[in-house]
Amino acid sequence: MIDNISWLAIYPEIVLLVMACVIALVDLAIHSPRRTGTYVLTLLTLGVVALLEGMYASRGNTFYGFGNMIVSDAMGNWLKCFAAIALMVTLIYGRPYAGDRDMLRGGELFTLSMFSLLGIFIMIGGNNFLVLYLGLELLTLSSYALVALRRDDATATEAAMKYFVLGAMASGFLLYGMSMVYGATGSLDIGEVFKAVNAGQIRHQVLVFGLVFIVAGLAFKLGAVPFHMWVPDVYEGAPTVVTLLVAGAPKLAAFAIVMRLLVDALLPLAIDWQQMLAVLAIGSLLVGNLAAIAQTNLKRMLAYSTISQMGFVLLGLMSGVINGTVDAATAQAAYSASMFYVVTYVLTTLAAFGVIMLLARSGFESDTIADMAGLNQRSPLYAGILAICMFSMAGVPPLVGFYSKLAVLQALVASGETLHIALAVFAVVMSLIGAFYYLRVVKVMYFDAPVQTAVVSAPLDVRMVLTLNGALLFVLGILPGGLMALCSDAILRSLAS
Amino acid sequence: MGLLSLAIWTPIAFGLLLLFMGRDEQAGAVRWLALIGAMAGLLVTFPLMAGFVPGTADMQFVEKLRWIDTVQIFYHLGVDGISFWFVPLTAFITVIVVIASWESITSRVNQYMAAFLILSGVMIGVFCALDGMLFYVFFEGTLIPMYLIIGIWGGPRKIYAAFKFFLYTLLGSLLMLIAMLYLYNEAGGSFDIASWHALPLSAHAQTMLFFAFFAAFAVKVPMWPVHTWLPDVHVEAPTGGSAVLAAIMLKLGAYGFLRFSLPIAPDASREWAWLMITLSLIAVIYVGLVAMVQKDMKKLVAYSSVAHMGFVTLGFFIFNDLGMSGGIAQMIAHGFVSAAMFLSIGVLYDRVHSREIADYGGVVNTMPNFTAFALLFAMANCGLPGTAGFVGEWMVILAAVKANFWLGLAAASALIWGAAYSLWMFKRVYLGPVGNTNVRAMLDIGRREFFVLALLTAAILAMGLYPKPVTDVTDASVAKLLQHVAVSKLN
Repeated sequence: MIDNISWLAIYPEIVLLVMACVIALVDLAIHSPRRTGTYVLTLLTLGVVALLEGMYASRGNTFYGFGNMIVSDAMGNWLKCFAAIALMVTLIYGRPYAGDRDMLRGGELFTLSMFSLLGIFIMIGGNNFLVLYLGLELLTLSSYALVALRRDDATATEAAMKYFVLGAMASGFLLYGMSMVYGATGSLDIGEVFKAVNAGQIRHQVLVFGLVFIVAGLAFKLGAVPFHMWVPDVYEGAPTVVTLLVAGAPKLAAFAIVMRLLVDALLPLAIDWQQMLAVLAIGSLLVGNLAAIAQTNLKRMLAYSTISQMGFVLLGLMSGVINGTVDAATAQAAYSASMFYVVTYVLTTLAAFGVIMLLARSGFESDTIADMAGLNQRSPLYAGILAICMFSMAGVPPLVGFYSKLAVLQALVASGETLHIALAVFAVVMSLIGAFYYLRVVKVMYFDAPVQTAVVSAPLDVRMVLTLNGALLFVLGILPGGLMALCSDAILRSLAS
Repeated sequence: MGLLSLAIWTPIAFGLLLLFMGRDEQAGAVRWLALIGAMAGLLVTFPLMAGFVPGTADMQFVEKLRWIDTVQIFYHLGVDGISFWFVPLTAFITVIVVIASWESITSRVNQYMAAFLILSGVMIGVFCALDGMLFYVFFEGTLIPMYLIIGIWGGPRKIYAAFKFFLYTLLGSLLMLIAMLYLYNEAGGSFDIASWHALPLSAHAQTMLFFAFFAAFAVKVPMWPVHTWLPDVHVEAPTGGSAVLAAIMLKLGAYGFLRFSLPIAPDASREWAWLMITLSLIAVIYVGLVAMVQKDMKKLVAYSSVAHMGFVTLGFFIFNDLGMSGGIAQMIAHGFVSAAMFLSIGVLYDRVHSREIADYGGVVNTMPNFTAFALLFAMANCGLPGTAGFVGEWMVILAAVKANFWLGLAAASALIWGAAYSLWMFKRVYLGPVGNTNVRAMLDIGRREFFVLALLTAAILAMGLYPKPVTDVTDASVAKLLQHVAVSKLN
């Protein structure tokens, strides 16, 4: 019995799916090399979808559809809204870059990225282990194809292979873990699993065994150490526009799936998964920050920086439960800190890769740190935007990255546990090391003499969106309260349901 | 918008405006706009000075707005006797720096001026913040402009210096951040500094907090042995950067001790006062001796800054009102004197492009007007009565003698070292026969340079001859702080 609410729950997804198919067909009739028609249609669709999700989100209702398979809640709706906007921005930044590299032919870039967004939506909205898994596969399969979009490029193909092999393994882990939990609880429904686990009738070992595999699969997807090996290779090897497709919006989905699986379904096991997340976080902070120092390729450096940033997200996620007891206020603070972290991280990443793509020309990637030399003399605006990104990722106030670190550290310290406070101190020391390599990029841009003198020019749409993106990082640094409140409220509503 | 907000945001607004001014072809307009911005920033502090009521320890010109609701952070400003004088001081030094860099900076002028104006507003924000997190944001906000100032317009080893500056201060600050988060939770979810003052804390917690804050503030002051970044940075920074660094930024650290360490962890402060006094004395005596053997003028003045700031921390941790007021007076005096010293070196550097003492000699013969100023500044630097440098040092020495004769004796020896390195440098650079052809070709200071140095001279003499406005303002707040520190939090 499928009722009205069910359709309402996936309304934007349907729009997305239909439009993705329509655009694939329309593209056949378009022959211009820059694919303006496809591009505009895609942006329009994404805009409408983002608007729809934004409207759902601001209403803040939670409802379930399709026999509890799908959930529509404030957290999910906001994440979907941000993911659609992130994809929109990615495509705006990426179109000139892709056009120069003959990647627009056939329009796959647009349709595949829309399918990956659909995967993201399903991951975010799934309330059932299988649905979550389906969304994940839709996202990753589209991503594999996207990474391999430049068939003639050896590094891109290699990156795609690595991504595929490791990604498939991760999916296997996750599926295996899910099946164990299913075997133990007899249900795939997140709510049912929670009830079964909470009742405490199930043998703990079986559950923990399944949990280990689930956490390992999630860690792969988040790119946390020691499951991070694919991240630098894919970031570096993929064409920059695809790097951004992989680095941006999917992080929101990764956060959502962690929330659904670990918090919504397996919260009673928090005392077990907390330790795992802590170990992953420590490893990610350590390896990410130390390895980033040695990088000369900016994309690779940003990959390692992502690994370390994910460490912070994990720290936020693990601080929600204290000694196995769930306190509503603590949980809300912790998860909203992580959500805020992910959202601002995506915003910063968009701008950083946006500048990299802007500087690239056909035949020249502009992806080493040395390529940024003297950017301030060539274009103060873009140098300023990239500098804001770097300082923000390093967590220097008054930029938004500081508040995301602050919120996570606050969640850790608030628990009052010695271990958590020690983790906070560790994270702080690691972010000091992190500051070094972020600063190096700023140094190259501002203190070094330019090697190239080519004028930096950008199409109007790129210039406007990029400027807006940079300005937003700064404005959110002065007034972060609104977004923080939004995350906090979304988490509150989602936890309450 | 309150007066303090105006004092903070006026220079920042002008700074941001300057960033959108075009290239160096318009440098003239950029300089004038920067000067207008700096003057506007200074003008805003006049009603503050007129309206401040001395004789009370209350916070004045208070503004309080909600800022970040989810974590209870307020935009909460106010000044008391301890922080008040730093607001006009910062605005004043900014005007001086803008005029002093008028001709010496020719590339990317708009970014240079913007960095100083933004820095000015942010530093004023540090002195006005009454919310812990607001303080932290301003405190850290100084790093980005200063990093760029050193790195873009600095000397040959500017990159090393810029990184050293940034990472050293960031490490200290991050530990302070953890301390603040701890206090926030202890206070039941409040970043209000006043509520932290009232918070009862165990001895263990106080010790941890004391050292977390120590990490942030000792690096910034800088105290021996974490002072090593300062000479490197001063040598590489452009003249204006050195002046602002010495005149204002070092004060942020010393101010932090008064606002955070002492009142929040009074028991730990008393317990560890011996350590602070020892470190301060090492700064005063040992670093003073180190200053004497420097061959680079900027390094010499940088080490002398460390020694002078040693007096400040010494005054604070003697725990009597003379010492503490003396420390604050010394902070303000050092603001004028160190800015003057660095600007004088800048004047010489603009002409000869060297900071080596050995490259000079007999400057008095070619630049008599300038030498007159330099002599006065050197005298102020070694604490000649009648100059600003005397007031604070004398008060601190007196306080030290009161506390312990030997302590006072050790502190007083600084007057000897100060006189030795200041006057010896003066002799080698300015006196004697003309040293070389470079010096022979030097032109005396122009009207613009004269104006800048005259302003600083006026300030130094005014404070030296009539320090009452400073001490009047600080008295009540210092007395209240000492009362607070005297009461143990342990019961």
